[in-house]
Amino acid sequence: MEHQPPPFFKTGPTPLARLLIFSALSIALLVADGRFNLLPLLRQAASVLLYPLQRIAAAPVNLARRAAEFFVTHASLRDENARLLLERGERAAALQQLQALQSENSHLRELLGAQKRIEARSQLAEVAYTARDPFSRRIVVDRGSQHEVRNGQPVIDHGGVVGQVTRVYPWISEVTLITDKDHLVPVLNVRNGLRAVLAGTGNDGALELRFVPLNADFQNGDRLVTSGIDGVYPPGLPVADVTQVDRNAAFLFARITCRPLGGVRNNAHVLIVSAGRQLPERPPAEEKSPKAKKSRRGA
Amino acid sequence: MNYARPAAPQEILLPVRPGFIAATLLAALLLNLLPWSGWWLALRPDFVALILLFWCIDQPRMIGFATAWLLGLLMDVADASLLGQHALAYSILAYAGIALHRRVQRFSVTPQVLHVIPLLLLNDAIVLFIRIVAGSDFPGYQYFAGSLTGGILWPALVILLRLPQRPKPDPDHV
Repeated sequence: MEHQPPPFFKTGPTPLARLLIFSALSIALLVADGRFNLLPLLRQAASVLLYPLQRIAAAPVNLARRAAEFFVTHASLRDENARLLLERGERAAALQQLQALQSENSHLRELLGAQKRIEARSQLAEVAYTARDPFSRRIVVDRGSQHEVRNGQPVIDHGGVVGQVTRVYPWISEVTLITDKDHLVPVLNVRNGLRAVLAGTGNDGALELRFVPLNADFQNGDRLVTSGIDGVYPPGLPVADVTQVDRNAAFLFARITCRPLGGVRNNAHVLIVSAGRQLPERPPAEEKSPKAKKSRRGA
Repeated sequence: MNYARPAAPQEILLPVRPGFIAATLLAALLLNLLPWSGWWLALRPDFVALILLFWCIDQPRMIGFATAWLLGLLMDVADASLLGQHALAYSILAYAGIALHRRVQRFSVTPQVLHVIPLLLLNDAIVLFIRIVAGSDFPGYQYFAGSLTGGILWPALVILLRLPQRPKPDPDHV
């Protein structure tokens, strides 16, 4: 054993000891956050600290964007106006049909005594920034619990579903995009009503249908919309188009690749939808009554 | 502080003000929070890691593990990632910087870059390791490009961050 003389200056524990202490703290945090999902309070506190910095960092980019908007040319404005008028004309017909259908539907529902769907309300949110982490597919929007955003609300844009609110802070909230690897959307094939689960792949612009049997009727170009099962997404929102169907008999399931319809990676504004649909509690697993559930949702 | 550097001109620097260190770290945090995207994001160095490493090498007594750890926590929240991964990576980076500071200080700026790049790569590798354990895919080798940019920025950083410590020119001695 080497004898060490006492140090001249008191410097506290050695760097190695400190490293061990802080590494242990970090690993404890990782486990607490990753496995048990504790510590939302710590995250909230840090988020409140970071918020002004995030606003300051976003300011120059917002300024540049506004300046660019200001100098839009006359021609591009005219083009956009013409396109919007055309779109409005195209949609007017569909809208009238929709109104007629809505009134008919509500009438039928009243007749059936069915539970009335509450109309979805939505609020516009601006994408504050995209998370810079190359691993996660998330965006941060400038609406939080102060604006009555709640966990689990679906987020859409003009094209279709973009994602789901997964963390709410006082002034901002995090949206997990549907392309995230761990994100699932229950969907319905518009052509034939087949139900499936759409999962992200972690790549932009690619989704895949999971656990679809080889003989299931999915084709290129099929439109997938939310089915409304699980109560998170309101039914009928467009999600994706099927782009590729691989049926390989060597595997149990077909490989079906889809393209998201919403501008998952490239829009500045999104809508946060309050689904407003209260589903009754899921019945306990023992007493199965799938038929009753199906008939209620099938309408 | 600079006496051991063989080729550098002799210049005795003034002591660093703690406020300056805090300001540079805040600026680094701001730079990290800028909405980078696309290629810029791939090439963006982790400014917080870079400046933290600089102060750990330059002023190991003025900066500690607690600062590194707290900055890592803030970065985790900003990145919306698992809490603690940057905290762990920055703690280890701070340790490496403090442990190596005597060695790195003896080199002139260009060979210092050869020390800095592996340390920044180590920092990235720790975050990558935690993400892969947590179930992510490998994001591609461009993930490491930021560390190389950080190394390239190092000489400019050394000049910039030493500027306030340079003594004022003596009017009597021209």
